[in-house]
Amino acid sequence: MTVRVRVIPCLDVAGGRVVKGVNFVDLADAGDPVEQARVYDAAQADELCFLDITASHEERGTILDVVARTASVCFMPLTVGGGVRKVEDARALLLAGADKVAVNSAAVARPALVGEMAERFGAQCVVGAIDARQVSPGRWEIYTHGGRKPTGIDAVAHARDLASRGAGELLVTSMDRDGTRDGYDLALTRAISDAVSVPVIASGGVGNLDHLVDGVTEGHASAVLAASIFHFGHHSVADAHKALKNAGLPVRS
Amino acid sequence: MTLALIDYGAGNLRSVENALKAAGAAEVAVTADPEVVRAADRIVLPGVGAFGACMGALSALDGMIEALNERVVDRGTPFLGICVGMQLMANAGEEMGIFPGLGWVEGTVRQLPDVPDLKVPHMGWNDVVPACTHPLIVPGEAYFLHSYAFDVTNPSELIAATDHGGPVTAAVGRDNMLGVQFHPEKSQAYGLALLGRFLEWKP
Repeated sequence: MTVRVRVIPCLDVAGGRVVKGVNFVDLADAGDPVEQARVYDAAQADELCFLDITASHEERGTILDVVARTASVCFMPLTVGGGVRKVEDARALLLAGADKVAVNSAAVARPALVGEMAERFGAQCVVGAIDARQVSPGRWEIYTHGGRKPTGIDAVAHARDLASRGAGELLVTSMDRDGTRDGYDLALTRAISDAVSVPVIASGGVGNLDHLVDGVTEGHASAVLAASIFHFGHHSVADAHKALKNAGLPVRS
Repeated sequence: MTLALIDYGAGNLRSVENALKAAGAAEVAVTADPEVVRAADRIVLPGVGAFGACMGALSALDGMIEALNERVVDRGTPFLGICVGMQLMANAGEEMGIFPGLGWVEGTVRQLPDVPDLKVPHMGWNDVVPACTHPLIVPGEAYFLHSYAFDVTNPSELIAATDHGGPVTAAVGRDNMLGVQFHPEKSQAYGLALLGRFLEWKP
């Protein structure tokens, strides 16, 4: 076969706690990211993503502790993002046990950061995170600060730039779709995926399993990220794998 | 029994240590000391990053390459190289220049072929297809993450392959040494079982 489509649950972490609800039964502490990571590991998630949505400088130690505890119980790749502003921030996360580090706003302000991280740690562990909104048909713009601040930068051009500087993967989130459950912005995902040779993770807006399939077949993504459909127990990772498989896509057996 | 996990500043040491312990290793010595390597019963060389940078960092540990050659090549101590740790077993690597490797397994580490629509890095779960019978390698799915691959000269030293725009080396080895391109420490049950077999391996 070929490399499998990756299903990536994403946990929003604030102050070391998971901030979106999780409907797993048998969880002693649903707010503990380590407990949830353990459950997703057992459920054969292909990777896991932590987004530290507080990411204030004072709280860096908290996420490092969470990453270290997660890495000790979790044997799948872990991507951590949020608040990475310099090479040393990335290094601290990698030393704590993250396998990949996502960089977003700081790479908009100073794209050279991506090259510095790739040179130091290898392109394979640098994830360029892109938050974009549609500004006109077929055109998207980069937004920072959780989708609140426009930058005037074209999303596809930014994606090409990040990849050429050494991002080994791009995490593309539609701010228009995030939280809507209407599905990924497939045109955005496809425009970026077709413009770069590195893998693209589709993100933002998943409401059902068909959306995951669409992210790959129509969005040309290599991986699909989702939060609430898993956390609220509507669907399992196995359901996601099955839906992708039924659509003829390669998944883990 | 002591297992030496070599710390040369390259990458995900903690993940490998965690996985070895989960696979049953009683004692993992994370070390940059050649004398610890000389006393070890098993040796693991991890690696994340560029070939030349990793080889440079390994060479910078005074006496480490000599200790590895003595222990692994001369004395037959069981050895496992992971990802770039596996690639360093080659004669040379062509990532960002041409750099000599340890030269334990004949071959060169080269960029994955430029195939239209093929995503590089090769990132994600893919097949491990044994090329021969080997006590550590069984068919299964493991997590790969790399842009360069080991081009093996001697077919008898190819232990397993995968596919990404064509055949890609997944494992190399001979005698007491095995190198895997994928990450057993990130390959859940498949990877932990492989590490468990390595801990029991008596080549």
